[in-house]
Amino acid sequence: MTTFTDPYASSQETTEGRVYSVTGGDWDSLVTEIGATKEERVVLNMGPQHPSTHGVLRLVLELDGETITETRCGIGYLHTGIEKNTEYRNWTQGVTFVTRMDYLSPIFNETAYCLGVEKLLGITNDVTERATVIRVMMMEFNRISSHMVALGTGALELGALSPMIFAFREREKVLDIFEMVSGLRMNMAYVRPGGVAQDLPAGALSKIRQTVKDLRHNFKDNEKLLIGNSIWIKRTQGIGYLDLAGCTTLGITGPVLRSTGLAWDLRKAQPYCGYEDYQFDIPTTDSCDVYGRFLIRMQELEQSLRIIEQCVVKLEKLEGQPVMVADKKIAWPSQLSVGADGMGNSLNHIREIMGESMEALIHHFKLVTEGFRVPAGQVYTAIESPRGELGVHLVSDGGTRPYRVHFRDPSFNNLQSTAAMCEGGQIADVIAAVASIDPVMGGVDR
Amino acid sequence: MNENGMFGAKGSGDTSGFGGLVNTVANIGSTERPFGGYFDQVADDLERAYPLFSDAIEKVVVDRGELTLFIKRDRLFDVAKILRDQLKFEMCMGVNGVHYPTESGRELHAVYSLISITRNQRIRLEICVSEKDSHLPSLVEIWAGANWHERETYDMFGIIFDNHPGLTRILMPDDWPGHPQRKDYPLGGIDIEYKGATVPAPSQRRSY
Repeated sequence: MTTFTDPYASSQETTEGRVYSVTGGDWDSLVTEIGATKEERVVLNMGPQHPSTHGVLRLVLELDGETITETRCGIGYLHTGIEKNTEYRNWTQGVTFVTRMDYLSPIFNETAYCLGVEKLLGITNDVTERATVIRVMMMEFNRISSHMVALGTGALELGALSPMIFAFREREKVLDIFEMVSGLRMNMAYVRPGGVAQDLPAGALSKIRQTVKDLRHNFKDNEKLLIGNSIWIKRTQGIGYLDLAGCTTLGITGPVLRSTGLAWDLRKAQPYCGYEDYQFDIPTTDSCDVYGRFLIRMQELEQSLRIIEQCVVKLEKLEGQPVMVADKKIAWPSQLSVGADGMGNSLNHIREIMGESMEALIHHFKLVTEGFRVPAGQVYTAIESPRGELGVHLVSDGGTRPYRVHFRDPSFNNLQSTAAMCEGGQIADVIAAVASIDPVMGGVDR
Repeated sequence: MNENGMFGAKGSGDTSGFGGLVNTVANIGSTERPFGGYFDQVADDLERAYPLFSDAIEKVVVDRGELTLFIKRDRLFDVAKILRDQLKFEMCMGVNGVHYPTESGRELHAVYSLISITRNQRIRLEICVSEKDSHLPSLVEIWAGANWHERETYDMFGIIFDNHPGLTRILMPDDWPGHPQRKDYPLGGIDIEYKGATVPAPSQRRSY
């Protein structure tokens, strides 16, 4: 024991034994103090505010020395009741809510939700090809920006600072595309039931083409830094092991499942949004470890770029096609455009409803305030998000509001594998294992 | 599907929201064979593998290209085990609840989504229980991944999964009263005053 007393690192007696509070600072005194006790078993509470736990995730680790004997996750710190809230808004407003669930993959949340609403409405085949291709392009850009956070923060948590700088540089380029297309960088509410909110602005395709070129060039920086890097390999190879049997019983999908060698990707297995028309590969490894998942994410970046390039070619041919279903009972009446502060109403539309057509005003008012009715029934739509199967279970009672919206978020499910990956390992490896699952707490807690 | 004009108005055509319009949940009836697609094959395989099929399955619904098997609560565990072991539905994508307060005796529905990688097929299981006796067998023993999903369904709907290894709240705090996703649980929220007018809380606004 040192004579120095740290106000933030004190200890107190409880009915469960002595509890030590540590918030950074001098660990030596703590180690000395714990070493002096007779207790062999130490329960370490990591989080919910620990910077290495990927947001407000709480990990309760039972330790025997440096070895973890038991792991439990505490979640719910970011529960916002989005599913409940959507039951009090109309079907179109729901997009604005669900986009905020998994905040690193907003376009996926929106698309999964809208595919579900369209299936309930029975208009899946009426969505124009241009709208679908724009959705695919935005999803693949989103996959890149999400993987960039996964790689960047994952590396940062293992002590590698430079990959994070590179990753966020690339992510910024993708967010610029989002801003150009939707007016917003995150939580865009861009994909709407029946199509997308607005068409691409003029000159978008050439900027996208340039961005793809830049990204492909820039990805090499992180590849050179990490692939084959002996320190990186020592921290990640053989760590966080989870094999195929573990993945199937735990319902794990996404890069974690593909790191067991199984090429299961819903874009290939159960195509949606016309993914069967695109040429791309499903990268896999069979190492079942953190390094394998890292390699898969790196390779998926290139596959996403390939898909985006094919989207650009398609979009050139589909120039001028509408981006919303023709049915005016479903299509949002206003034609939106990107303004200086994000999305807004087009002035032409306001001129029409305020000055020219009373019927257009009534139609606009009723559709926006009441919303459209969705025939009763239930659907489950699933898409391949950056983290695995993102499933949406929608129930309609035939009204203008959802009866039940449930998101089967891949982060929520995959986080269950933390114990299987960490127990028997060292504390430092917990960080690597959790980073390789890539949980986003907004999606976990919803 | 009924066509009730552009905005679904009935009777007087009052869609102002003041007419006290009441939505009733449409009960989709059961589907008769042939179900179409791979659904007949799934039903055949299950019938062959499980002799008590007709007793265990309340009804089969095929709607919008998706297959739902309504299963009796007492048979759920057996059916799930056969679905995994013999029909190769290796993964359970989770369970979630839906609350239908008007269906007396069957207020709470638990909805499971299963996927088979071997067959590349999806099915859905639905089990109805009453609010008073909201017990279901836990499927954690069959699919370990159902663990957190069952905890969430318990947390949000109050469905009790018997034999679950640790059925505690997962998203709400441990001492939280009530089950927030039930329809009789209030959304909360307060009225907002804005430029002299009052905007009611979302749950107090007109619905159509």
